[in-house]
Amino acid sequence: MAKIRVETTINGEDVEFLCEGQQSLLQVLRGDLGLTGTKEGCTTGDCGACSVILDDKLVPSCLVLAAETAGRTIKTIEGVAHGQTLTPLQQQFLEHGALQCGICTPGFIVAAEKLLERNPDPTEAEARYYLAGNLCRCTGYDKIIRAVLDAAAVMREQRA
Amino acid sequence: MEASLFEAPTDVAGAVALLAGEEGARVLSGGTDLLVQMRLGAGAPRMFVDVKRIPRLAALRIDSTGLVVGAAVPAVEIYGNEQIRSLWPGIAEATDLIGSSQIQGRATWAGNLCNASPAADSVPALVACGAVAVIAGPKGEREVPVGSFTKGPGKTVLERGELVVEFKVPAPPPHAADAYLRLIPRSEMDIAVVGAGVWLELDGKGVVKAARVALGAVAPTVLTVDAAAAALVGSKLEDAALEAAAAAASAAATPIDDKRGTIAYRKKIAGVLTKRAAKIAYERAQAR
Repeated sequence: MAKIRVETTINGEDVEFLCEGQQSLLQVLRGDLGLTGTKEGCTTGDCGACSVILDDKLVPSCLVLAAETAGRTIKTIEGVAHGQTLTPLQQQFLEHGALQCGICTPGFIVAAEKLLERNPDPTEAEARYYLAGNLCRCTGYDKIIRAVLDAAAVMREQRA
Repeated sequence: MEASLFEAPTDVAGAVALLAGEEGARVLSGGTDLLVQMRLGAGAPRMFVDVKRIPRLAALRIDSTGLVVGAAVPAVEIYGNEQIRSLWPGIAEATDLIGSSQIQGRATWAGNLCNASPAADSVPALVACGAVAVIAGPKGEREVPVGSFTKGPGKTVLERGELVVEFKVPAPPPHAADAYLRLIPRSEMDIAVVGAGVWLELDGKGVVKAARVALGAVAPTVLTVDAAAAALVGSKLEDAALEAAAAAASAAATPIDDKRGTIAYRKKIAGVLTKRAAKIAYERAQAR
């Protein structure tokens, strides 16, 4: 059967790909498009490793069909930094050492960027609840949450 | 494996035609149940019918008669809406309890309802508020109260070719409000042991004039507990009325034993959450 042709926008660039009806966005991102920053964890929407922004919403790309994304706007971890310049959140992850194996990190960054866009001054509890769908099996979360809260503070200062 | 077909109709008639014409067609809105079941071994459907490009299903509007939420509107747009949070706080709370932030970017009320899990969080809250599901199919449209939509775990009133188009929630009259509470064994990201939605309407003196109580996760479908509601009517939520409502809720519950809770525990908690949700709804109604 003929594959489905999809035109979409990823990280600001027009992209065209072919997919099958049951293929996930995650599979196409990592496979055909070589955007391997988005990680595959559970493939059932439980772990947050494959988080991307689809039309301004935080979603698990394993539970999005690639064919659905025609004409939509997608942002992946590759589109977070401004060229070679890291965002305050990425910088704080480095400074806090908020990662060990790194598999969960892209998902955490994508989700936490959305958190800070919605809520520039989250409490620790708010940050923990918002990021409860991102699982990390190495760090114990404390460094991640501290990085997020410190990034929020840096971003508030930059805006002031 | 043969590749699945993918269609994205732009009107309700187009979706109905696809669903009626292909027996293996499945509605795809958020995909947070459908695609998970596919990954867990159910296999890919013959055809996906993505309904998110149908304007009516993607619309949300609020007017003097109430709230209309399209079947493809994701949870984050519902509980993130300030008017909904203010007019139907229990519905907003229940919707905010579904899954993670990521899941909430996709999951819909229609999916929560059509998946027909007894533990769906949005369903008791919608039942408490008197919500109706609008269904479209080959024979036209019909309306079914959310409380009568599910027939058992995984079973609904939907027939071949039918899909949920939107939900209608009536506007609360003066001095009326809702609340939803859920118990889970951990603090986030789990399935309800018990969920309780309560809606109360008060008269000008603070006496309950009308009430609805709906319980989740304690029976094969969501339960509407008229006896618990009746126990609250005519009271100002004095202890005796609350205890009677709790006893009625516990008595109505016919839960299962599983790793999240025993039968005895779930029956007890059904009463406790009914009382607590009633108190919250009462305070909110008084403030209006």
